[in-house]
Amino acid sequence: MYVYDEHDRQMAAERVAQFRDQTARALAGELAEDEFLPLRLQNGLYVQRLAPMLRICVPYGMLRSAQLRRLARITRDYDKGYAHFTTRQNIQLNWPNLEDVPDILAELAEVEMHSNQTSGNCIRNTTTDQFSGVQSDELTDPRPYCEIIRQWSTFHPEFAYLPRKFKVAVNASEKTDRAAIQVHDIGLQIVRNDAGELGFRVHVGGGLGRTPMVAPVIREFLPELDLLTYLESVLRVYNRYGRRDNKFKARIKILVKALTPEGFAEKVEAEWAHTKDSPSRLTPEAIDRIKTYFTEPAYVSLDNATELLAQQRFENRGFDQWLKYNVDVHKKPGYAIVSLTMKETGTPPGDVTDRQLEQIADLADEYSFGEVRVTHEQNVVLADVRQDQLLELWEQLGPMGFATANLNMLTDIICCPGGDFCALANAKSIPVAEAIQRRFDNLDFLYDLGEIDLNISGCMNACGHHHVGNIGVLGVDKKGQEFYQVSLGGTSQHDATIGKILGPSFAQDDMPDVIAKIIDVYVNKRTEEESFLDTYRRVGIDAFKERVYA
Amino acid sequence: MPDVIFRDGSIRQNQWNVISRPESGEALDIPAQRRVLIPADLWVANRDQYAGNEDVGVWLDSHDEPEILAEYVNDLSMIAVNFPKFSDGRGYSTARLLRERFGYKNELRAIGDVLLDQLQFMKRCGFDTYELRPDKDIRKAARCLNFFSQGYQAATDTDLPLFRRRAS
Repeated sequence: MYVYDEHDRQMAAERVAQFRDQTARALAGELAEDEFLPLRLQNGLYVQRLAPMLRICVPYGMLRSAQLRRLARITRDYDKGYAHFTTRQNIQLNWPNLEDVPDILAELAEVEMHSNQTSGNCIRNTTTDQFSGVQSDELTDPRPYCEIIRQWSTFHPEFAYLPRKFKVAVNASEKTDRAAIQVHDIGLQIVRNDAGELGFRVHVGGGLGRTPMVAPVIREFLPELDLLTYLESVLRVYNRYGRRDNKFKARIKILVKALTPEGFAEKVEAEWAHTKDSPSRLTPEAIDRIKTYFTEPAYVSLDNATELLAQQRFENRGFDQWLKYNVDVHKKPGYAIVSLTMKETGTPPGDVTDRQLEQIADLADEYSFGEVRVTHEQNVVLADVRQDQLLELWEQLGPMGFATANLNMLTDIICCPGGDFCALANAKSIPVAEAIQRRFDNLDFLYDLGEIDLNISGCMNACGHHHVGNIGVLGVDKKGQEFYQVSLGGTSQHDATIGKILGPSFAQDDMPDVIAKIIDVYVNKRTEEESFLDTYRRVGIDAFKERVYA
Repeated sequence: MPDVIFRDGSIRQNQWNVISRPESGEALDIPAQRRVLIPADLWVANRDQYAGNEDVGVWLDSHDEPEILAEYVNDLSMIAVNFPKFSDGRGYSTARLLRERFGYKNELRAIGDVLLDQLQFMKRCGFDTYELRPDKDIRKAARCLNFFSQGYQAATDTDLPLFRRRAS
């Protein structure tokens, strides 16, 4: 994983000093509220319903154990002893004091962490697949490119005051898209061209929010060395021509749609023609230098522990289920990828206590080379666990609350903080998630249903990614009452689709029944091999409508 | 007239008057014996009249395209870019285009809603003077111009991004 050199350290320290100075001026009344707003947002600081909220950056989801321990200490010293994993692979504190934030940032900088550009109308944290570097079907590890983009986008002088926020995601797997790149402002799919050269297929103009869109391709193949000059051209076209008169029409997707993808691509190509051969063009050496930070850990040469695991599974059904659902195949024989689920019923999805953060750190040190990954599904991954240690690990995870074997199942709900915490929300989301989790508490039934993405957002800003849930739930406000609109058929995989609205919205108490009826339709109509999404696509929305509104 | 900040942090007397766009049908009201900045498109439209006059410069608004000046930039001794609101970031792209694409060599000034915390970004994008909003403390400008000792990216101030400087 990336390690700071003296340049990174210096800029991180200068950033903390800058924000200390800005906070002091804000508290002294020298900065008006609207003047301080973008400064604090670009340091991850929101002023929320109950208290400030600090969003800490976890670049493309990677964390070291020492960083987890520091986060645990910060939640104890400055907050209420817990933190929240977000749907963009970041971490939020819900109760810091405004005047403490510069000290928190200084503590983070000591362990090479920051909260730069985790909010505001700038380029946000670049995200990627949480299985990067350990899965067998990726063309190359996407993380070095994410780090290259992180450095380029950090404190970019031209793009700190964009029309609106800007999110980039990178994916390198041909079969899966865990990074949901097609619902990002820029989605980069790593590909090889016919000549075998590495590059990117560039999607621009996807997004959720109130105008959900799947990003069209604006360039089929961008050679890897051209990554930054091309991104800069896209951003420049957006910075110059994106709408600034209406916040709801300011995302790049609106510009791409207005110009048409072809028209937008032409503008970018014309801009890029001037800069593609500038010194901002990457060099093979620069890429190799970053790649040296993402080399393989010191794997032991092992065989797959097939027989041992078969024996252990036979003796222990809970372990068997966990292995089947929460453990994935690793590219190295004898290793496995383990997802710790932060979705125990009764706990808000993604919430972790200080003690749990330290437990995760200990587990990482003991079983996975001291590193973890945070996922956009709000779970945590130990990416390099020896297969012969899986049982031992699983036995520890249960009491910690991380072994609920529901990964990618109906109850592995993606959920924003919602009206309990967020000032933007129209409705609560956490109690809805919990009620659904309680209703579907039979794991065997869940396994029978197979993979279903259920995503909940408390408002149309869509932090819970409801548009791309197979089942999406959106909190809406109707005359001061909280209601929930349901959509079906969304996915953020390679066949990315925005879900279709089922019909009129429902009261909170009805939601578990509504979900149960939707599941009923699937169970009755499915063929043996069909997933929920397959059945939905085959039978269409009307079958679900008839049952739910009967 | 309020003073202006130079990129090295020094504070000097401002000599330039910004002339706002006249109502349609009315002529530009240029005071005699003053250095003035007029709307860029009006300068272009009447180039024969203004060319060579070092006391007439231009200003671009945030939505104006700097391309209209592409062929003439170095006929001007001063170009200003207006920030109608500090959060309108188009002026940063305008500045880089004037410098890096059209090769403008003379003074480039930020005017309008110019605050302290944006000064270093402006400097990196090629602005070399800044007309700070009068209610802001001009004595703090030097510090705000220099919060960072370097940047990751190339911009107008350096064409070498950090990845190339690291390599050497």
